[in-house]
Amino acid sequence: MNTGLHSHPLPSAGKTASATRQLSREICENFLVSEARLLDEARFDEWLALFLPDARYWVPSEPNQQSPHDTVSLMYDDRRLLETRVRRLSSPRIYSQEPRSRTSRIVTNVTIEEQSPAFCVVRSKFMMIEFRRDDQRVFGGTYHHHLTTARDEIRIAFKRIDLVNCDMPLDGLVVPF
Amino acid sequence: MSTQLSEQIKKYVQPARVHRRIYTDPEIFELELQNIFGVAWLYLGHESQIEEPGNYLCTHMGRRPVVVVRDNDRSIKVIHNQCAHRGSMVVALPQGSADEFQCCYHGWTYHLDGRLKAIPLQNGYPADFDPKNPRTAMTKVPRVRSYRGFIFASLAPDGPSLEDSLGPMKTSLDDMVDRAPDGEIEVAGGAFRHAYNGNWKIYLENLCDAAHPWFTHRSSIDAAQKQADDVFSDGSGEIAIRQMRQNGAPYSFWESQVGIWTYPNGHSYLGDYHDDSKLVAAMNDPVFREYISALETKKGKQAAAEILKVRRWNSNIYPNLSMMSQFQQLRVIQPVSVNRTIVHTYSFRLRGAPDQMFRNTISFANIVNGTGSLVLTDDLEIYNRISLGLSSEGAEWLEIGRGFETDVPEEDGGRKGKNSTSEIYIRNMFDAWVAYMSNARSHDSEGKQARALS
Repeated sequence: MNTGLHSHPLPSAGKTASATRQLSREICENFLVSEARLLDEARFDEWLALFLPDARYWVPSEPNQQSPHDTVSLMYDDRRLLETRVRRLSSPRIYSQEPRSRTSRIVTNVTIEEQSPAFCVVRSKFMMIEFRRDDQRVFGGTYHHHLTTARDEIRIAFKRIDLVNCDMPLDGLVVPF
Repeated sequence: MSTQLSEQIKKYVQPARVHRRIYTDPEIFELELQNIFGVAWLYLGHESQIEEPGNYLCTHMGRRPVVVVRDNDRSIKVIHNQCAHRGSMVVALPQGSADEFQCCYHGWTYHLDGRLKAIPLQNGYPADFDPKNPRTAMTKVPRVRSYRGFIFASLAPDGPSLEDSLGPMKTSLDDMVDRAPDGEIEVAGGAFRHAYNGNWKIYLENLCDAAHPWFTHRSSIDAAQKQADDVFSDGSGEIAIRQMRQNGAPYSFWESQVGIWTYPNGHSYLGDYHDDSKLVAAMNDPVFREYISALETKKGKQAAAEILKVRRWNSNIYPNLSMMSQFQQLRVIQPVSVNRTIVHTYSFRLRGAPDQMFRNTISFANIVNGTGSLVLTDDLEIYNRISLGLSSEGAEWLEIGRGFETDVPEEDGGRKGKNSTSEIYIRNMFDAWVAYMSNARSHDSEGKQARALS
């Protein structure tokens, strides 16, 4: 599947990403599992630290959406907005998280789609259960991560989340996927 | 509907307060579907969504599913999405293009205007069965009217014209279109659909509420104010953060620089919000300057200045439409039940404007109308909490009295709040609500229709 930004390599990715060493499927899978754990445990600052300074985070509003610039998105954050999103999550006055959501994620079916000198494209399937107040919601879909290595750590250059129900009427989405 | 309820309803709206049952009583909701959504001009869609003959889109009038279609003679028809045979929904996709509509149950086939075109297995029907009888058609919605590309329809066969119902609020629709250098706008950029467990009126009541951002949006205001501006942005985050900071304007700003205007039939707008210093896409932004120059080239300097002089934030056309012209946003309210509402939001492209303008429109839509927005999510939380609060009988009455003693009459038949924090626009909607709810016209028309079919 075309991940949109994937077909246009991130314009500034080269500035912060060093040449990626070959990442094995196992290493990528371990990374995705630990990322999901950070989110489930609401360690959002640590999660943000996984992203490169010029990263993009994208939840399209349509299946097969080609661009975040000509069509609306459930979330489309450049690094600046992603920082604001994460900072807001820790605000004591974030009323849409009063009470807080509890989430449980499963990441699986991990495949490496492409290895390039700049980054490694990893596709996976996820399910996330979100419980808040009196309601439990189930989200599922496909992740595409562009992973790279910076100072020997794996970093996210780009993350795309395609929800199977992206175009369904939904109540607010506050916790990142 | 019982006369008793109609009588009670008038008591539920008092000069500066309303009764909680207005938002929670399923019987009142049913009466709203009949007397408001069954009568008023409802916004259904934009002509750019059905440009060619056969193009259609599916939407709702209140709870009734309808198809809005461009007929072969290019006129716009609205038909109930219901087969005349066994009642099945005929058109199943949200939008598309068709030569005819065919029911998937027994193959009854209809012209684009809903008239029956063909039925298989024609023998065996009663002797008086007549495919030309309107009762064997997909029923037409009696009144359809377009104003500058915005399609409205009414389920009432007669009543005030669309133009009369809009009154001075026509200017807010003009404002949406006039901003296009080529004089045309088109729906583009997809849609958001957000849903909440609450009454439809709560949504409209929040859109012109200038007193809530300081509190409701505190988390995003604080987060945006602390954001370093030298961090990478491709432009999207920049617009979002500017808007969130703008929400943090102090009360003195809302009370001195922003106004609220209201008009008959429940319409209103927040105005005077944006000028050179306040506009989210500031006037000195290079893209906006390029846009202004395109507008001046096409329309002339003076006309362009007149167009840009209109500085409205949200314009609400009662009971199901809200628009915001600076960033070409439009929202349609779909009441589902007394305690469930879906809002569909759309963006427009200004024909003849620089491409970057539309990119900014999308960034703005994401932060103001997005289901995962840092701003809207707190509004949705409020809508849900109002319902949770109102489900209790602990308090019977809600206050809508802010600014009550300082309303100012306007020459064009409207009333203005002393400043934007007045709740005049809520009181104005309730004036319309009482007028619609106590009007027996809808019962007559439904009765007439029932007799015609019997």
